[in-house]
Order: sequence, then C-alpha cells, then structure tokens
Amino acid sequence: MTSLTLVRQIKARPAIVFEALTTPEGIARWWGPDAGPVLFAETDVRIGGRFRVRFRMLDGTEHESTGEYLEVEESKRLVMSWQWTTGGEPDEAGNLSRLSFDLEPIDSGTELTLTHARLKTEASRVSHEQGWTGAIEKLAHRFSDASAEDHHDQT
Amino acid sequence: MVNYRASELDRTFAALVDPTRRAILARLEREESASVSDLARPFVIKLPAVMKHLDVLDEAGLIIRSKKGRTVTVHLRPDPMREAMEWLSRYERFWSRSLDRLATYAESKEAEARRKKR
Repeated sequence: MTSLTLVRQIKARPAIVFEALTTPEGIARWWGPDAGPVLFAETDVRIGGRFRVRFRMLDGTEHESTGEYLEVEESKRLVMSWQWTTGGEPDEAGNLSRLSFDLEPIDSGTELTLTHARLKTEASRVSHEQGWTGAIEKLAHRFSDASAEDHHDQT
Repeated sequence: MVNYRASELDRTFAALVDPTRRAILARLEREESASVSDLARPFVIKLPAVMKHLDVLDEAGLIIRSKKGRTVTVHLRPDPMREAMEWLSRYERFWSRSLDRLATYAESKEAEARRKKR
C-alpha cells in the first residue's frame, strides 16, 4: 500500500539502462509523466551524492525533485531518497520517500524493477518491510470499484 | 492544509499496517456492517483488544460505529482508503509513463551500440 512497484523488460543491456538512469543526458530523455521537457538534470552518482531534476509538464506547471544516492551498484542497483522541492504532489510536501531501481540481466536485455516507497512514518516503513502490498491493494481495488458504483448510483 | 492532508494519509497507512485491523476491514467490506461481538469472534485476542483496534480504525475515519440499545454496529467508511489509493495511482502514472520513455530511449541506444560494433 505504501509502496509502488513497477517491472519493465527493456531490450537493452543493463549498462545502457543504468546510464539512462544516471546521466543528465539520459534523464533528460525520459523523466516526467508527459512529453513536456526536462529543464535541467544534475547527478552526482555516488553514495551520499545528490540528484536534482526539474521538468515542465504540457500544462505549463514545473516540478522539481531532489534526493541523495543511498546505494550505487554500477549496472545493478540504484537507491535514492526522493523529495519534491517544487510542485509535485501537494500531499507530499516535505515528505521523504525512497526510490530504487534494480537491474537484472535477461536474454532480451534488462528486467528493470522500480520501487517507490512512502517513508514518512514508522508505520509505513514497517508495512513496507512486511510486504503486504498485494493483499491490501486487492482490498483497496474493491473499494475503488465500490466508489465507481456509488457515482453511478448518483447519476 | 497540506500538512493536515498528509497526516491524514499517514493515519490511514498506520491504521492499515496491522493484520487484525485489515482482517476487520476485509470482513466489513464483505458484510457491510457487523456488531462488535461478531467482529471479535474469529480472533484469539480478547474483546477489549478488538475495541482498541476499532478505536484506531475510527480515528483514521475508516469505520463508523453506531449504537442501538446494547449493540454497537460497525460500518465501513472507505473514503480514506480511496485517498491512499489515489496517492498510489498518481505515482503509478508518473513512473509508468517515465519508464515507457526510458525503455524507448535505452532501446535506441542499444541499437546504436550494435550498429557501431558492426
């Protein structure tokens, strides 16, 4: 519930994927939820080093996030803290979360696993460790189905 | 305002972290409402402990308790859960679209690297 995991298979070797994740030139090509431009990207890829990325969305709003690299394993694993400093999610102001990328070599290239975990409270950290995400998501999905029905009833 | 909303979200997550409380919510989701003693029955823990869990769920706004005579009936209130889901889906959109472009970019770099090798 408190963490999001996405898995992608990419037809490129781990070293190339890692470069796309860590270099400013790479980040500028993909970072952000729509086709709006990345305005700048800075990375200092070593433990304790920081990143800062700012992008503009097609609706004109600008968003910037920053964080610190917590784990760096060339072509294998990247973990960083994450915080919105401009724009982003209003709920998230000042909240530090944790973002990790794991790269696994596969025949066709790389299997990339992204995990973004909300970490503000002790409770959410514990919940993340217990790994009950799947169960609670199922539960919550049923709730969102129920909400869709509510709306239907009202119309 | 922003902090208030954030702390509300934290309360939801904190309430959901406990397996007993999740079991209670799952049951209320199936049955719509149940009396406190019905809810307590499947658990090995004692009624006062169940009452404490209900307090936490109540404070997080996940349930509503109503009293009729001697029976307290518990109803589910899914709104805070929905908000937590929205948090997740916003990030899912953000990352899912970013990763699509990341894949396209990395795949073009891979193709380029292979062309150079030849």
